[in-house]
Amino acid sequence: MSVRHALLALLSQGPKYGLQLGQEFEAGTGDLWPLNTGQVYTTLQRLERDGFVESDEAVPSGPQNRFRITDAGRDELDAWLRTPSDPAGPPRDELVIKVLVAMRMPGVDVSTVIQIHRRQVIERMHEYTRLKEDVVDDDIALLLIADAEIFRLDAVTRWLDSADARIKRLPAMPTLPTAPATPRVAGRRRVGARR
Amino acid sequence: MSAVANALEMRLVSKTYGEGAGQVTALRDVDLEVRGGELVAIMGASGSGKSTLLTIAGTLETASSGEVRINGQDTSEMSRNERARLRRRSVGYVFQDFNLLAGLTAVENVSLPLELDGTRRKAAAEVAMRALTQLGLSERAQHYPDELSGGERQRVAIARAVVGDRCLLLADEPTGALDSVNGEDVMRLLRNACKRGVAGVMVTHDAQLASWADRVVFLRDGRLIDQTAPVAGPESLLTATAQ
Repeated sequence: MSVRHALLALLSQGPKYGLQLGQEFEAGTGDLWPLNTGQVYTTLQRLERDGFVESDEAVPSGPQNRFRITDAGRDELDAWLRTPSDPAGPPRDELVIKVLVAMRMPGVDVSTVIQIHRRQVIERMHEYTRLKEDVVDDDIALLLIADAEIFRLDAVTRWLDSADARIKRLPAMPTLPTAPATPRVAGRRRVGARR
Repeated sequence: MSAVANALEMRLVSKTYGEGAGQVTALRDVDLEVRGGELVAIMGASGSGKSTLLTIAGTLETASSGEVRINGQDTSEMSRNERARLRRRSVGYVFQDFNLLAGLTAVENVSLPLELDGTRRKAAAEVAMRALTQLGLSERAQHYPDELSGGERQRVAIARAVVGDRCLLLADEPTGALDSVNGEDVMRLLRNACKRGVAGVMVTHDAQLASWADRVVFLRDGRLIDQTAPVAGPESLLTATAQ
């Protein structure tokens, strides 16, 4: 999530002060995303530089300064809302890399490595589930944020389960193919490569 | 019901099926303790022994070796009839497909185990009605299972599992095919049942369900290989910083 777009969204409701923006940002993220005052004003300065907000004063740094969104800012916010989030990139997830590395290391039980991460991920899910358990239904922001993180972590556990099952099917470990001595065949598709 | 220490104790429990070359070991030296008030999830891949563990914990099957105690009573020393009586009085089951009897209303489904255990029909119906009311189903008590939604059917199954003085609740994929929000409601009910003092053991392959438990233990090839640490408080989540 982009802080600058979150601030634009708050300003689309009407003019606001910097401190007020920081408080409303934190409330809107269920207080799970602390934002210090310095970050708020730095972001507002950049938004003003780009013509997306304007302030009452020439120098947008004081707490008495009120900000409003410009037409260009509304266009920017509208475009951001419609832009796909997190476009697919190359699979460089650290966990994936760790498992790939573990597969090539002699004396390392990959299933044990996978289990350690599975446990850690589920412990993290525990914390978000407890958070949901304590939340009243009308705190929709917190419920949605907790759900989003739980679903993301759930996807990680599914990948770990799948990796575990695939690796168990391999005939012998760790006799995995070594890096090719010759360059890859031209035209072979690189996973995640932009077209 | 008051909290009971170690409602379930399994000591060095093993289970083998078949003989000779065809022998299969489903559980190996499993040690598990579950306190009253605690919900424990059992996770593992298909064939890891999860369902076998649950059926042995509930005395539906006997262990090949080891000891299973429910509420302090050693089940290995019991006759078949004694185990059946213990099951009726102390153990509740929640299955993936609900297992409600189609010809009985919701309240009759819940009161049936009490009647089978000798409680008079009227008294059993009153207790069943209280359990259904606790789960928000008082208006649906006289409906048959096919007149209830999936979520309502599972709530009836939970009411049936916890009615009376049960100390152990065993659940096998308890949210079945329910969507995530209805599934969450079911998990809240199971947690609330456990908070009232029942010990819960839930088998699942779903990490989201397992995250409702107080503790998750992991089975692999019939062995308990790992378990989660106690759940940290929500304040641990307040460490994220904006980017």
